[in-house]
Amino acid sequence: MKEELIIAGFGGQGVLSMGRILAYSGIMQDKEVTWMPSYGPEMRGGTANVTVIISDKRISSPILQWCDTAIVLNQQSMDKFEPMVKKGGLLLYDPNGIIRHPTRKDIKVCSIEAADLSNRMEMSKAFNMVVLGAYLKVKPILEKENVIKGLKKSLPERYHNLIPMNEQAIELGMRHVKEVI
Amino acid sequence: MAEKLLKKGNEAIALAAIRYGADGYFGYPITPQSEVMETLMEEMPWETTGMVVLQAESETSSINMLYGGACCGKKVMTSSSSPGISLMCEGLSYMAGAELPCLVVNVIRGGPGLGTIQPAQGDYFQAVKGGGHGDYKIIVLAPASVQEMYDFVGLGFDLAFKYRIPTMILSDGAIGQMMEKVELRDPVKRLTDEEIVEKYGDWATVGKPATRNGNIISSLSLAASEMEAINLRLQEKYKTIEENEIRFEKLMCDDADYMLVAFGSSARICESTVEIAREKGIRLGLLRPITLFPFPTPVIQKMTPQLKGIMSVELNSGQMVEDVRLAVNGAVPVEFYGRMGGSIFSPEEVFKAFAEKFKL
Repeated sequence: MKEELIIAGFGGQGVLSMGRILAYSGIMQDKEVTWMPSYGPEMRGGTANVTVIISDKRISSPILQWCDTAIVLNQQSMDKFEPMVKKGGLLLYDPNGIIRHPTRKDIKVCSIEAADLSNRMEMSKAFNMVVLGAYLKVKPILEKENVIKGLKKSLPERYHNLIPMNEQAIELGMRHVKEVI
Repeated sequence: MAEKLLKKGNEAIALAAIRYGADGYFGYPITPQSEVMETLMEEMPWETTGMVVLQAESETSSINMLYGGACCGKKVMTSSSSPGISLMCEGLSYMAGAELPCLVVNVIRGGPGLGTIQPAQGDYFQAVKGGGHGDYKIIVLAPASVQEMYDFVGLGFDLAFKYRIPTMILSDGAIGQMMEKVELRDPVKRLTDEEIVEKYGDWATVGKPATRNGNIISSLSLAASEMEAINLRLQEKYKTIEENEIRFEKLMCDDADYMLVAFGSSARICESTVEIAREKGIRLGLLRPITLFPFPTPVIQKMTPQLKGIMSVELNSGQMVEDVRLAVNGAVPVEFYGRMGGSIFSPEEVFKAFAEKFKL
């Protein structure tokens, strides 16, 4: 198993931490992982993205030209990363704020109304966990118990009281993800 | 089983320093390596191992604090990124001259000048050929993963003390900022003054016993004949290091017709390029120098007869390629592919360049 994914959105949406939780969950399932953030000037421009690779074997390049999955949370990221998804790969996005929806027919496209759902459930801080849940539903590469372990490892202990809420958010995402194409 | 953590390369450096019994860290913040000192400050090792962590007023100051600490036989280190390392080069030359051990971490960013905060490998010449003045060398280790960032702290200190020489970990913004799985090694205790003498000899200025004369540590020797003798001794030491300390990794080289040479993050990218080439039936291998000084010249020379061509792949304008060409000495074509100023190539891009250069 080797999954190369890019998560991209606005700074503050929890893009980097979602990637981190995913990577830690990979370690909990004895996988090799690499987490590579954008940390340059684009961070100051308001968009953030992270490359996460989870694999059974040693990971070679942390720099990708193509990805298996793109998780897209704003329009700029849609424009940039839709073309990067491998044929037959997955594009998962939150339609909130998206004007130009994905047009490719050679990939699987799924949507999750994560912003809307997390707001309605009064757990907007767990927005990124709703997205994570949606992703894990479509691509069940990791056991849920390992994801919860990864979450525990990623969060400082003072926030461990928030784990049940994050778990709910993951389940919410799992239930509401829709296949578009 | 040892604990496995998800850490950035920079964080791994800090954790390794504490666990390897480092006595002191002196540094000044600069992107993309600020997490080294941030992590040290968070960990507060002065309360556990007694390790000193100090933010100096500048890089010049940091390296001179290393000089002082190293004179006392202490395991001292600093980290910085390219412009900061330039400021430290005077101190590195002094420490090489005075034969002092220390560990310097350079998490390279794009240059020249203040440049950019994105990863690059433009400081190869500075690290390997001597950024400071005079005929000196330092040992240079090039990690390609977060685990190696961790492990090379211990290795770097060991080599530095074994040969009484400054040692550098030459990394870059990609490896520094990237998170991967790190397995922590068993902690090593800091040494007492007595243990320092016992382990490394009595050159350090840890207090003069009645049984010997005082130790004087200096890089100044005004008489030309004395200075030449010191130089000859240094050159002898560098030769010993070249004979004994070459480290490298070979990937798919046994049956290779062509070979890429790349270090650090470039080597990681080239690993994927090798996979792409192999899928197309091209027998491509990768040599990853782990020590940049000593450079794996004999390894390249041994490989050369089976090869039709070599390409050096670097995030600079072509620096290590000079050492590859010296090793090959015209026996086979040596090409170069690189990008600069913080731009990174993808595995596919490297493959395209390789196929074009060798008309495959």
